[in-house]
Amino acid sequence: MNLLIFYFMAVLAVVSGLMVVTLRNIFHSALFLVLMFFSVAGIYVLLGAEFVAGVQVLIYVGAITILMIFAIMLTYQLSSKNIRQVNEQVVPAAVIAFLFFVLSLVALVKTAWPVTEAHLPENNTFELGRQLLSTYVIPFEVVSLVLLAALIGAVIISRQDRPERS
Amino acid sequence: MAQPTLLHFLVLSAVLFALGIFGLLTRRNAIGILMSIELMFNAAAMNFVAFTRFIAPEGLAGQIFTIFIITIAAAEAAVGLAIVMLLYRSFKGIEVDKVNFMRW
Repeated sequence: MNLLIFYFMAVLAVVSGLMVVTLRNIFHSALFLVLMFFSVAGIYVLLGAEFVAGVQVLIYVGAITILMIFAIMLTYQLSSKNIRQVNEQVVPAAVIAFLFFVLSLVALVKTAWPVTEAHLPENNTFELGRQLLSTYVIPFEVVSLVLLAALIGAVIISRQDRPERS
Repeated sequence: MAQPTLLHFLVLSAVLFALGIFGLLTRRNAIGILMSIELMFNAAAMNFVAFTRFIAPEGLAGQIFTIFIITIAAAEAAVGLAIVMLLYRSFKGIEVDKVNFMRW
């Protein structure tokens, strides 16, 4: 049963990922990106990471994709259908991606993974919050600082009226 | 009842990562490149969650790192799209092969 759900989610993720990288219309790519994020969230639920799945839907689907669609809308006239969306490297890029996949497949199959029988903590989300504010409190603060700096940087970079440099 | 194993998840994330590489190398549109990067971020994050579930479930370290990855991806998208808007204003286009000099 779980395997069936996994295959459904996996096929959904791979097909929509393929659409994201191959469709000519960049706006359709963004919509397929939403589907890809949703199916990855489904995979997270399957892996017992409910909180991460919720964060995935909130941040990726709710924020990042909307931001991208905004950017596509604001630059639309020039990124419309009649402009070529891919460069001349399609064949070498496909070869490189395929070689990467084969290489990692060989590595993944040949590695003896130390899979344990232990289970995730009973209260997954509770444990996650406790860890974030105890063991990982310094990375947590640092990453919030990074986010703040990135948002201020984004505002400053895209500001309309740039002061003249003297 | 058949359960998906660790290898299932790792292979899926390898496929997604390879798709991301393909998109990264072929897209001309800067936003398309950013979307491919998000695809690769997702593949890496899925690895972390799968390893938490199957190899080290006690500390939940992988899930915490996935949350950090998602945060960094949000920051990256904000800065990246700001740069895209700036490119659009300066070059009247966001095809990355047209943008081949840094100042003028």
